[in-house]
Amino acid sequence: MKVPSLRDNAIAAALVLCAGFALVFFYAPLDADQGFIQKIFYLHVPLAICSLAGFVIGGIFAIAHLRTDKAIYDVRSYVAIHLSVIFGVGVLITGSIWAHASWGKWWVWDEPTLVSFLIVFLLYATYYPLRYAIEDRDRQARYASVFAITAGAFVPLNFVAVRMAQSLVHPRVFATANGGLPGSMMLTFLVCLAGMALLWIALVRFELAAKAASASLSRLRRALEGEEYAPQSGSRIAPRVPSSATSPS
Amino acid sequence: MADATSVQQRDPATASVPNPAVELSGLWREFGERAVLRDVTVEVPSESTLSVIGPNGAGKTTLLRILATLLRPTAGEVSVLGAELPRNAWLARGRIGYLAHEPLLYRDLTGAENLRFQARLHGLPGDGAERIGLLLDAVRMSRRAGEQVRNLSAGMVQRLAVCRAVLHEPELLLLDEPTSHLDPEAAGIVEPLLGPEPGRARVIVSHDVDAALADADLVLALKAGGTVAYAGPTSGLSAGDARAIYRGAP
Amino acid sequence: MTPESPQSRRPSSLGALRAILAKDLRVELRTLQSVPAMALFAVTTFVLFRYGLDRESLSGGLAAGVLLATVLFAAILAVNRLFVAERDEGGFDAIRLAPVDGTALLGAKAAALVIYLLLLEAIAVPAFGLFFLDTWSGIPPLLGVLLLTDLGLAATGVLISSIAANSRARDLLVPLVLLPLLVPVMIAAAGASQELLAAGGPSYDGVAKWLAVLTFYDLTFAAVGFAVYDYLLED
Repeated sequence: MKVPSLRDNAIAAALVLCAGFALVFFYAPLDADQGFIQKIFYLHVPLAICSLAGFVIGGIFAIAHLRTDKAIYDVRSYVAIHLSVIFGVGVLITGSIWAHASWGKWWVWDEPTLVSFLIVFLLYATYYPLRYAIEDRDRQARYASVFAITAGAFVPLNFVAVRMAQSLVHPRVFATANGGLPGSMMLTFLVCLAGMALLWIALVRFELAAKAASASLSRLRRALEGEEYAPQSGSRIAPRVPSSATSPS
Repeated sequence: MADATSVQQRDPATASVPNPAVELSGLWREFGERAVLRDVTVEVPSESTLSVIGPNGAGKTTLLRILATLLRPTAGEVSVLGAELPRNAWLARGRIGYLAHEPLLYRDLTGAENLRFQARLHGLPGDGAERIGLLLDAVRMSRRAGEQVRNLSAGMVQRLAVCRAVLHEPELLLLDEPTSHLDPEAAGIVEPLLGPEPGRARVIVSHDVDAALADADLVLALKAGGTVAYAGPTSGLSAGDARAIYRGAP
Repeated sequence: MTPESPQSRRPSSLGALRAILAKDLRVELRTLQSVPAMALFAVTTFVLFRYGLDRESLSGGLAAGVLLATVLFAAILAVNRLFVAERDEGGFDAIRLAPVDGTALLGAKAAALVIYLLLLEAIAVPAFGLFFLDTWSGIPPLLGVLLLTDLGLAATGVLISSIAANSRARDLLVPLVLLPLLVPVMIAAAGASQELLAAGGPSYDGVAKWLAVLTFYDLTFAAVGFAVYDYLLED
């Protein structure tokens, strides 16, 4: 199976997202309770699903890294988690906007999915200071992988626990979404989800390609300059693509 | 007394000490972008002694740590006591004795407690009580063995560290500056414990070039991670030549 | 191969675990650097809560929250110190040179942490009862909840402590990374405890499900620890 090029990937993502947003604004019906602002659900939930899937994917790459000891997996794990954290910021912001529209407050504890997500986000946000605190790069990569696996195991556990802690009195805001989404809403949602997933994949591949290019550049410079080579002060925590890697992903 | 401490419980004729004890081929070790060891190739037959000399920062300690299975090689082939590293490091552990820069003793435990802990970690029968007693006698620490390590002088700590290194009768002894902190008298006390023995190979790192060369069957001179001279069975250089090359090298 | 040859001499993982645990307990007994600090911290924190909440008597959810939050924060003190001796005195090397499994170290440190926490609770729970509880009848079943909580704290605490031991700003890193990981423990332990500490005496409503969650958490992170520990010890 031929893997689509990054450019095709990016174009597909843009197209599908545009289609999704078109559906959101022109096709999907207005929600009876919440009105127009409910449409942020089509942004918020796909972001959340992609972000969580991204964390799990980061954990899977981390397992591959520990087992094969190939640095390329650490790079992929880092990029997956990195982008999922950024998506996570989007989740929390859109979630907050939605909460304000539904409940009048900028944060609610009543929505277990949002609360679980906050906790997961707080955990993964520590990925950066963790990497930063370990100077030896090999060890940094290994410990980051251990963290990614631990955190990956944590995600489902956390969701279960928070859901159980919800008092049954407060209605779940997503009850309508999970239970009885009308067909038109479901279609719109799925298209948006597909677009967001393509966007996530495109961004990951883009960042991996950028890292590979920068690593090649460093190698060329080192080969040319020899003794006078002074490494660019790059990020201390972003792992470098190893010389054995050809094209990313 | 020399008998008691230097007796290896194995009969050399039936011992399964693999030959050679250490085999390095093109060993590289990098820390990040910096190569600390470059392309080191060495062969140490069993029951012989390799001296590693070189200025500070030459990579000598790194080499020992790799041989001790504490560090993984970045590239190249490493075989210690017949076990290929890093995959089969577990085969070699427990048969290597390592005397490092740090004594590897817990400061809040007494000397005797430290040695008993080591004995239990290595699975010595009876917690190694008998052997510990013999070793403490040999280094003249029997009376002070009940004091916490934090209260002992550097020389005493080093003597305890020597006991720790040879406690489990290793087939390969790795010594990093064994006589540091030791006055000549104390150095003389530990010498029989660390000296050449049937069934035991040694790799010694030392700053004292003359002493190292006097003791050695083989010499490896390192500088900035690379081999400057290697007087081994295959290279035909004598130890004296190696010393001259090393001293003359820029 | 004669009977004494090293190849036939390998301690069992359990034997190595016991050796390391004994060593740690002996060091703790001599230096007293974990348990007394935790106990003092807990009692002082209770006083802070008394004034912070302006309450002299607690029950139900509030009591559970105060007790568990205090235990959690006190646990962080011990977690920070768990690998200090290994790191400073070359203990990692000494253990890695020996023919022992990495999981022996993991198990020993986790066991030590559980023991320290049990000792802490032996002091903190009576103090808590003295300060805030009107009835002590909920305490015996509460101890069971605390035991499961301690096991969860130990499972994740040892993992994070190992990661942080070799890094800079390790004292900061441990609470930062560990606390989010402990949220499910807090949820489940508080859920069970608030029933047991209810004002009219312990109720057992729904306690079983919270105990199940705690047990599941303990098993999950014990399994993760076993799976990854050898990778943490490599260099």
